[in-house]
Amino acid sequence: MTLIDLANPTRFLALTTRVLPWLAAATVILLAIGLYQSALAPDDYLQGATVKIMFIHVPNAWLSMFVWGVMSIASLGTLVWRHPLADVAAKAAAPIGAAFTFLALLTGSLWGRPMWGTYWEWDARLTSVLILFLMYLGLMALWRAVEDPSRAARAAAVLTLVGAINLPIIKFSVDWWNTLHQPASVMRMGGSSLDKSFLIPLLVMAIAFTLLFVTLHLAAMRNEILRRRVRSLQMMQASRIAFSSEMGAGSRHDNASKEIGAA
Amino acid sequence: MTMSLGPYASFIVTSYAAAALVVAILIGWIVLDYRSQTRRLRELDRSGITRRSGRSAMDRP
Repeated sequence: MTLIDLANPTRFLALTTRVLPWLAAATVILLAIGLYQSALAPDDYLQGATVKIMFIHVPNAWLSMFVWGVMSIASLGTLVWRHPLADVAAKAAAPIGAAFTFLALLTGSLWGRPMWGTYWEWDARLTSVLILFLMYLGLMALWRAVEDPSRAARAAAVLTLVGAINLPIIKFSVDWWNTLHQPASVMRMGGSSLDKSFLIPLLVMAIAFTLLFVTLHLAAMRNEILRRRVRSLQMMQASRIAFSSEMGAGSRHDNASKEIGAA
Repeated sequence: MTMSLGPYASFIVTSYAAAALVVAILIGWIVLDYRSQTRRLRELDRSGITRRSGRSAMDRP
């Protein structure tokens, strides 16, 4: 099966039916391994046991940006290539991305209170991630506000691509401005500064959460295809009812004319 | 083997619990949405509304 074949929603539905159980199983296994390794990870010499929040905060923070990246590629698919599943992918990803961003903000706040002495600070990293969360909500509101999915798709695609400007701002905010947030310690020039005892569980959790996203995204895309199928069938049903009632009214009018003529 | 979470245990436990809750809500929402869409398709199918291809709304290749 090629990528072109997946442009057919029916084929895509068949693929999700086959793939989803395997993806879900892989996600559960990897999450279990990641959680076990996180529980066994040693305390940090400075942060103590609160370092365990990192294993849940960092994967969510990565995914908050990754999901917007996926939506941006899907938006290009909508605007440039007009791929039939591109806007389905973008729409289905938004609530999942919003949930990951919410978790990144919440767990970051819960990590910040014991480490920084505050739940929130209006610094560049925290504020730019909050803006990302608000953009997710705005995008979801836009999808709901426009009834025709193809019109909503184009508007949402433009908004998504404009919003992608925020991604490098989030990534480099800790380098460009003085922030309370620590600089990058995994993806940085010169390699990770994390010890293996923290890095391995973190990477396992990051892969597990990415698999979780892929699983949920495919399932949400399947739902969106079915929703559109329901919508088109309901429109067909409504037009049939309107047509038959018009025909009924037309034949009644003809009969009434004949009766008048006969009289 | 016991795991000691130190004086900030409540922050750690709340973080993991919140993540579990949000993921559970996401999974629940997606499962319920799937059931709702398939139920509506079945209802349309029963009322005789079929796709332009002539296949049933519930058809899969």
